[in-house]
Amino acid sequence: MSFPLLTATAALPAVGAIATAAVPAARRTAAKWLALLFSLATLALAVVVAVRFDPDGDRYQLTESRSWIADFGVRYELGVDGIGVALIALTALLIPFIILAGWHDADPLETKSSRWRPTQGFFALILAVEAMVIISFEATDVFLFYIFFEAMLIPMYFLIGGFGDRAHTGSDENASAQRSYAAVKFLLYNLVGGLIMLAAVIGLYVVAGNFSLQEIAEARANGSLDMATNTERWLFLGFFFAFAVKAPLWPLHTWLPNAMGEATAPVAVLITAVVDKVGTFAMLRFCLGLFPEASKWATPAILVLALISIVYGALLAVGQRDIKRLVAYASISHFGFIILGIFAMTSQGQSGATLYMVNHGISTAALMLVAGFLISRRGSRLIADYGGVQKVAPVLAGTFLIGGLATLSLPGLAPFVSEFLVLVGTFARYPAVGIIATFGIVLAALYTLVLYQRTMTGPVKPEVAAMPDLKVRELAVVAPLIALLIVLGVYPKPVTELVNPAVKHTMSDVQKKDPQPEVEAVK
Amino acid sequence: MSATAVHSLWTTAADPIDKIDAPKIEYGQLAPTLIIIGAAVLGVLIEAFVPRKFRYYVQLFVSVVALAAAFAAVVALAAGDYGTTKARIAAMGAIAVDGPALFLQGTILLAGLVAIFTFAERRLDPVAHGNRVDSFVAQAGSVPGSAGEQAATKAGFTTTEVFPLALFAIGGMLVFPAANDLLTLFIALEVFSLPLYLLCALARRKRLMSQEAAVKYFLLGAFASAFTLFGIALIYGYAGSVSYGTVAKVVDGTVTTVDPALAGTMGNDALLLIGGAMIVMGLLFKVGAVPFHMWTPDVYQGAPTPVTGFMAAATKVAAFGALLRLLYVVLPGLRWDWRPVMMGVAVITMLGGAIVAITQTDIKRLLAYSSIAHAGFILAGVIATTEEGISSVLFYLAAYSFVTIGAFAVVTLVRDAGGEATHLSKWAGLGRRSPLVAAVFAVFLLAFAGIPLTSGFSGKFAVFKAAADGGAGALVVVGVISSAIAAFFYIRVIVLMFFSEPKTDGPTVAVPSPLTMTAIGIGVAVTLVLGVAPQYFLDLAGDAGVFVR
Repeated sequence: MSFPLLTATAALPAVGAIATAAVPAARRTAAKWLALLFSLATLALAVVVAVRFDPDGDRYQLTESRSWIADFGVRYELGVDGIGVALIALTALLIPFIILAGWHDADPLETKSSRWRPTQGFFALILAVEAMVIISFEATDVFLFYIFFEAMLIPMYFLIGGFGDRAHTGSDENASAQRSYAAVKFLLYNLVGGLIMLAAVIGLYVVAGNFSLQEIAEARANGSLDMATNTERWLFLGFFFAFAVKAPLWPLHTWLPNAMGEATAPVAVLITAVVDKVGTFAMLRFCLGLFPEASKWATPAILVLALISIVYGALLAVGQRDIKRLVAYASISHFGFIILGIFAMTSQGQSGATLYMVNHGISTAALMLVAGFLISRRGSRLIADYGGVQKVAPVLAGTFLIGGLATLSLPGLAPFVSEFLVLVGTFARYPAVGIIATFGIVLAALYTLVLYQRTMTGPVKPEVAAMPDLKVRELAVVAPLIALLIVLGVYPKPVTELVNPAVKHTMSDVQKKDPQPEVEAVK
Repeated sequence: MSATAVHSLWTTAADPIDKIDAPKIEYGQLAPTLIIIGAAVLGVLIEAFVPRKFRYYVQLFVSVVALAAAFAAVVALAAGDYGTTKARIAAMGAIAVDGPALFLQGTILLAGLVAIFTFAERRLDPVAHGNRVDSFVAQAGSVPGSAGEQAATKAGFTTTEVFPLALFAIGGMLVFPAANDLLTLFIALEVFSLPLYLLCALARRKRLMSQEAAVKYFLLGAFASAFTLFGIALIYGYAGSVSYGTVAKVVDGTVTTVDPALAGTMGNDALLLIGGAMIVMGLLFKVGAVPFHMWTPDVYQGAPTPVTGFMAAATKVAAFGALLRLLYVVLPGLRWDWRPVMMGVAVITMLGGAIVAITQTDIKRLLAYSSIAHAGFILAGVIATTEEGISSVLFYLAAYSFVTIGAFAVVTLVRDAGGEATHLSKWAGLGRRSPLVAAVFAVFLLAFAGIPLTSGFSGKFAVFKAAADGGAGALVVVGVISSAIAAFFYIRVIVLMFFSEPKTDGPTVAVPSPLTMTAIGIGVAVTLVLGVAPQYFLDLAGDAGVFVR
């Protein structure tokens, strides 16, 4: 048997998590470097996965399959398609930046007890989340996926609740209460979603007898597995509900602004850029792959919800007073675009959606991390507390602007390509939906530019007059992300080549063909 | 008149009996029970003859050896195929030796062994008058707060009777799920209940509460026993026998010969339905299912915490075993009658336990309501009426009992001046002060909540899958909803431990002896192993999924 590359990619950060957690309390800095080292090693493995993957080869590659819990019909089955490779690469890429950006976020304020090791815990939890996210991108067994989809809530919960943003608006006690409220809300929303999915997973087992994505797809293709229409719809709804909570889709989105607002900026990036992608990824792989008929049945309703997400998220972002909540609502709007692209059922839409997941990850990371640096300097999340920052900290302001422009999909930056593809793909099948979604872009320009204008331009507020510019560590976080945004904006081909064949497979799952443009014959 | 002549006025001589057939007892197959009961009797003798100074050590040694030996006997029987191909009925039809019986006996013995470790813990309470003391009262007979109590404490008395009492209880529990006639069932019920009533009353701290709990448990338990006994009488009237096999045949209608003495009642379905319902009621009382759950929170709270852990784990295993055998062996012919009723019970048990738990402020009461909710989940597996249902219930019970004992063992560690600090507010910030203890407790709570990669998830998945396969899909949906509700209060405790600021006058975490550490360690290990790699144990439970008739 060949080297289990996918297992190694997921296991390496898990090992890193254990190693980091085991570092003695006094050696905090060592723990940070160890975590960074493991995340870089994982990135190296992810690159190997991407290189070894042949976009034009089989649908699932680098597969591994072992017996696990035979009684439940569960196998340890891994395999990646192009979409999975792209998202694994995104995850592995972002984690080192998240670790670097959060370098001082978990330093204990005072050493209360020699056994209390928050720093070690913080970085170990980040690596644990990375391991679970990567394995859920790799799992081709529904049950295996479900286990890690659920289990990743626990480290996320501790990251949100245990390591809040030091820059808060009220008293210490108030902040702690808000933080644990946000953490509990995050957990309960996702847990309820997950438990409803559990019922659907059990239902799937009763119907299909096993959990293997490939076996179920084959059985459906050759007719040996015939799902009743109603059963399929119920199961689809069970799965979709969980993914819609995770993604998050309106009206199940309300946990995200709380969680992103209260968490530290790097953890907020972890939530929206990495963990939430599992939700949209799973819609593509599991909802469309397992329940194609029900997906088509539900499309109109989902498109409406996605449209509401786009417009509602953007509108609320315009009205936010809190920088981090603004980015959260912007993300809700962007997730609407991703879901729109997936359920438009055109290859452009789905390629665009996948590309969107990658680009949104990078652009949100850039914007949010710079916002985090800004907030940590002033100690406030309120937009009104800032003004004229570009005069005192021009580099900070400049990177913030580029992150913001990426969020509003300025041509030349990566998100433009994906947003354009999604809109074109949607327009081809549902012109009205495409037109309404375009308003999302207009609103995006509004909330981003107004945010920039209020915080960075105008007269310098006395509180920010002494604000230092970005340090070397912070530049090391931001510069590569911005470079990536520009490179992928000009030359998205590597990612699209990776993704397109996978999207073709998904399209054939749902037996949809792209609508052909009707060209009138030249007379 | 001579005495004989007087006697003959109201008696007649019967024919002389030639020979009484000695009952045939398969000692080998009953070895686990016999070892435990024997050790319990030995324990009583130790109380009488061994000097007070050594009693604790001798009792602990005897109990541990007996439990280990009995477990070895169960393993030997299982290895000898008594669980599968050689399953049989032993002791003149009184005891079944089959897969479910052996699996449950093994579980009870292991859970009992771990519980005995927590019983024997003597490092948690502060040293009193130079003597190390355990969680049990110095002298059970002394009036709380009296001079007699103080004298007993000063003299260094300890209630080492808890060891033989626990062994008697375990002995009864071993018979309970294996009982193959209704009278044996009843006797086993009493044999394990009476020592438990006593054990509940023996707390060292908060003695009045402990005694109150014991009285409540005893009165309600006696009430439930009376129901069971009445049910047994009615079933006898219906079937003319108390043997499971015969009753089952009469229920099926394959036996039509009528006992002339019971001609008026045999075959009367009203007797069957009422009698069956009453026996089931008695068993549901023991598992703590709604609406027979009222005793659970009070008793769990008042009893000494090691006893609570033992009771919560082992009683549930034994009682569910007996319930399974009753429903699957005696009353399968009635399943169209009992399934809807049991479904209703399962639904209100799951929802009731989960909802009421939300308002609890005491950690022991919280765990009590959580145990009620879990009883509901297990009932979902019982309702499946498939072989898979049996094995899923067996697996769930094994997984659940170790989590429970571990969780209660952690509760014994968190203490302040008044003994165990069970009020939830005192657990605030525990994660800051003792990260390891809080982390271990969090693992147990996550297992209770059924988060993947813990044994709680494997068990829940097994019973829900069995229920869905058995056509009770609606029950799975209710189960999932109540899991979500239950998750809320488990999470609340985790929030409290990790995200709240510790109070300055908060409790301390006592450093236990290796005994409690072993108990907690086994709990964590089982929780994780059954969560990550449950296949071997699912196989064990799967092989044990057939009752002998």
